Amino acid sequence: MIIKIPDFTISPRIDQVGVEERASRFTKRSLKNETKINGLKLALNMIDLTTLEGKDTEGKVKQLCYKAMHLHDFYSGLPTVAAVCVYPSMVSVAKKALGDSGIKVASVATAFPSGQSARDVKLRDTKFAISQGADEIDMVISRGKFHQGEYNFVFDEIAAIKEACGDARLKVILETGELGSYDKVRKASDIAMYAGADFIKTSTGKISPAATMPVTLVMLEAIRDFYYKTGKKIAMKPAGGISKAKLALHYLVMLNEVLGEDWMNNEWFRFGASSLANDILMQLMKQRTGVYQSADYFSLD
Amino acid sequence: MATKNRIEVLKTYKIYIGGQFPRTESGRTYIATNAKGEMIANVCLSSRKDFRDAVGSARGAFGGWSGRSAFNRGQILYRIAEMLEGRKAQFIEELMKQGSSKGNAEAEVNLSIDRLIYYSGWCDKYQQIFSAVNPVASSHFNFSVLEPMGVVAAIAPQGTSLIGLVSIMTPIIAGGNTCVMLASESKPLCAVTFAEVLNSSDLPGGVVNILTGKVSELLPFFADHMDVNATCYCENDAASVKIIKEKAALNVKRVIYYENKKWNTKETQSPYFINDFQEVKTTWHPIENIGGGKAGY
Repeated sequence: MIIKIPDFTISPRIDQVGVEERASRFTKRSLKNETKINGLKLALNMIDLTTLEGKDTEGKVKQLCYKAMHLHDFYSGLPTVAAVCVYPSMVSVAKKALGDSGIKVASVATAFPSGQSARDVKLRDTKFAISQGADEIDMVISRGKFHQGEYNFVFDEIAAIKEACGDARLKVILETGELGSYDKVRKASDIAMYAGADFIKTSTGKISPAATMPVTLVMLEAIRDFYYKTGKKIAMKPAGGISKAKLALHYLVMLNEVLGEDWMNNEWFRFGASSLANDILMQLMKQRTGVYQSADYFSLD
Repeated sequence: MATKNRIEVLKTYKIYIGGQFPRTESGRTYIATNAKGEMIANVCLSSRKDFRDAVGSARGAFGGWSGRSAFNRGQILYRIAEMLEGRKAQFIEELMKQGSSKGNAEAEVNLSIDRLIYYSGWCDKYQQIFSAVNPVASSHFNFSVLEPMGVVAAIAPQGTSLIGLVSIMTPIIAGGNTCVMLASESKPLCAVTFAEVLNSSDLPGGVVNILTGKVSELLPFFADHMDVNATCYCENDAASVKIIKEKAALNVKRVIYYENKKWNTKETQSPYFINDFQEVKTTWHPIENIGGGKAGY
């Protein structure tokens, strides 16, 4: 199928007030117990458990992988997380630790988090991660070039990385906190999707603000419009700043009401987070035992 | 000035969580009455979710508060006393509204101020009194020091409006703990006004959180919240004590139970009240025998 590339300089403009109001309305839904528990388990299953620190060691990554497979063994019947997200140098460690658990290994690449490097370096970074066994690649766009209006450069770069990914799914991080306006978020989303992204992702988690509900809404709407135009589904990953179970449920409500049930699984939606898992586990344990929980009784990740 | 026609501005009695004065999330209130049964104020009827939020604030404040120097905690307690002194008249008026005579009200406020000063002085001294170097038979330097328990959930003595609350709260925070206090159900006014004193006295938000509401409703949560390290109760009610002890066992909470204490006397202030909310940590530190000497401690 041939997809016609639109003129990105005329991406739809975003009504800031409207988007923010609509996003805040998703937080007002009342979820009753059974729905809440199912929602929490679904959210757990959508997490990309992440560690992206300069100080990451093999031990830390192995520990994170153990956590990914054994979220809280006291609670039987829990799902695992969707993936573990690490730096390229830790991919082989994670791959080995996760074994045949079915949990994917995602690797950031392309001079994460700034993306300020030569294309050749970015491609090699990507290929290295793939060769180590990464199932998914999280790339960053060149925000500097984007702000300079060099959309073709950004487009070509994403397309080149996508080619280097082969079968691995590509997540394109827009780093919305550096884009400055919803209009630009929409434009960057369009560029990424037309260039071949499998996922669009809000943030690296390295700068604030990271994911917010309005920004995610803008991106979900871009995905919806892209789907109507091309028939191709794109997945979404808000990342950074989502650490509370309640907020995760708000995101799921938004996902369901914007893109519908087809997107309500971890193939089409992920949370990039690390502390979210424990908060969800605490809520699930609260529902099961009736007693407010303490972080002291949950494993660190 | 038409003061005769002026409508008095009545105070909204709200709760105190994390250095803020929210209303209860439940939106519920109850009516506080005086001895004659006349209404004196609408007061928040706090819910378990308010308690949960308060515990969250107390947990968040614990690291900073327990990490402060003991001397600085003493300074802050002294500051609370200063602020209370400055608002004495308001407390006396509120106590009288709730049924005290003028003389008793004055005495209660004065004693509350003095008690804050008393514990302010103890902040950097109880550690020396209760810590110890222990004699052991091996080559070890063995010592025991006190550490705060963590988050304490305390149900203030129900018979008094101010002195009971102050007598329980002060030793808890003097020792580096943070706390959630449930005010006297029948005499809640001074607790809320005292929260305003706390809020204007350099005490970091979250160190003390004060709720108003029904003891019977909130008591189970004070005892079974997994993130609470100790629960304090002061009434002679066997059934409630039983509930607390049973539920506290869930995470081996320490239960501090004060039976038949008269909070408006000098007998109910001593460094032992600080000690009640402390854990003892004992350390075995290997030492070398020098010059053929035996272990000296």
